[in-house]
Amino acid sequence: MLDVEKTRQDFPILGRMSGEYPLVYLDSANTSQKPQAVIDAISEHYSQHNANVARAMHMLGAEATEGFEGARSTIARFIGAARDEEVVFTKNASEALNLAANALGASLKPGDEVVISVMEHHSNIVPWQMVCERTGATLRWFDITDEGRLDLEAAERDHLINERTRIVSLTSVSNVLGTHNPVTDIARQAHAVGARMVVDASQSVPHAVTDVSTLGADILCFTGHKMCGPTGIGVLWGRYDLLETLPPFLGGGEMIEVVEMSHSTFAPPPYRFEAGTPPIAQAVGLGAAVDYLTGVGMQNIAAHEARMTQYALDKLTSIDGLVVLGPTQAEDRGSAISFNLGDVHPHDVMQVLDSRGIAIRGGHHCARPLHRRLGHQSSTRASSYLYTTASEIDALADALVFTRNYFAPKFKQG
Amino acid sequence: MNIDELYQTIILDHYREKHHVGLREPFDAQVHHVNPSCGDELTLRVHVDGDVIQDVSYEGVGCSISQASTSVMTDLVIGKGVEHSMGLYDDFLEMMHSKGKIVPDEERFEDAIAFAGVSKFPARVKCALLSWSALRDAVGQTSDKES
Repeated sequence: MLDVEKTRQDFPILGRMSGEYPLVYLDSANTSQKPQAVIDAISEHYSQHNANVARAMHMLGAEATEGFEGARSTIARFIGAARDEEVVFTKNASEALNLAANALGASLKPGDEVVISVMEHHSNIVPWQMVCERTGATLRWFDITDEGRLDLEAAERDHLINERTRIVSLTSVSNVLGTHNPVTDIARQAHAVGARMVVDASQSVPHAVTDVSTLGADILCFTGHKMCGPTGIGVLWGRYDLLETLPPFLGGGEMIEVVEMSHSTFAPPPYRFEAGTPPIAQAVGLGAAVDYLTGVGMQNIAAHEARMTQYALDKLTSIDGLVVLGPTQAEDRGSAISFNLGDVHPHDVMQVLDSRGIAIRGGHHCARPLHRRLGHQSSTRASSYLYTTASEIDALADALVFTRNYFAPKFKQG
Repeated sequence: MNIDELYQTIILDHYREKHHVGLREPFDAQVHHVNPSCGDELTLRVHVDGDVIQDVSYEGVGCSISQASTSVMTDLVIGKGVEHSMGLYDDFLEMMHSKGKIVPDEERFEDAIAFAGVSKFPARVKCALLSWSALRDAVGQTSDKES
């Protein structure tokens, strides 16, 4: 079982005060905080081993390359990849998804279909819109039920996945609703019609065990900064035999084999997809983050979050006037909880909570179509992680009651 | 940061009971402005007769600051000259970017003085400016039509 008080000691920022209030950080689905081990790894890289990778042949170049490639191995093991070369470093999950859309989408033609869902983050919508517009392919999507789960019945009725489907790209866990999607089942349907399965795992890799050998995805994208790593680094994992057949996305240094003035040949994966100097210190930092998470234990983290999520759902749903978007039970559900508090606008909720040291997010969380679908203009989101405590959830609930009464005095009599 | 400095009574009063809300006829220009980071949206109409803003009507969704600012703005410009109103826009903009340094003239700004506190919260300045930007855009469109 995870010792949350001990875990918190690893994160220096959690000791900060916000005026007279201790910081309550409930915005981890936006970006997570960093443990000292990650801060130290980045600092040590720059103070002891800094050089460019691969092309620098001196001692420091070898050390930097070892750090960078070591991080690749660490991440490959963490997600159950068959080999290190299946891990491609990008600058974030958005770039990984753009890489997937451009490389897989290069062979799309009119009549082909790409399937996404209405609960996707903008980064798993817009790249597919762009590639469909360019190739003449058709973009289709899963709707959701009112409870915030994928509407699988409607999808089956409408033959959403059919012989024209070339790519299915879905989030494993919604960044707004917290919903877990049945990625493996849908991958089976996609493969049955010869389509590729892309998974946006930005909200699942940080929170639970990931095993790409059984997941069913052909490509998996996630970002470093939501899993205790630094910003500026993301990961695209792809099956090697697939990556080998894909064209590059960005051109430049490090991704080539031979360059002539009229044409070039390209390096094998993963380097084919890593043009230019990569995020070296960030990769080292992400490797340290994965070591840290592995040390705590992903199963322990998942169990702790499930407890916190159920506790928070119970607390929040008992507040008069508060409506949760998405499932209200912690089963098959991630730790992000979005809600609205009467008619109080999320920016006002955020502001009042901020004045009491509580950091949450207000807005449409880069998922405007989903908010439209649910009939909400925007929402407020609280998201916990391995360092979240029950007393932080209590502080959130108290502050929400205060906020509601501040803007809607009618509740005070009640 | 003390939130009462941000949410002054004037702002909360306008937010709870908005002045001149609703879309009305006649109008000479209609604009739709959004704040992409928070999703606030505002549809605003102006009716200009000669040099006078005869009516400003609107519908929108947004936070208390943006809604109150719209309400206060309509009080300040309806029935006033275009030139006077655009002058107010310039001065309001300057005040909102002053980080609390500019103390507004109460005679001229009336309820809009309450937004001096908002200028100390950089993330909320754009909320207060949404309706004013929409007004300037709409008024600009009416003068384009005349010329």
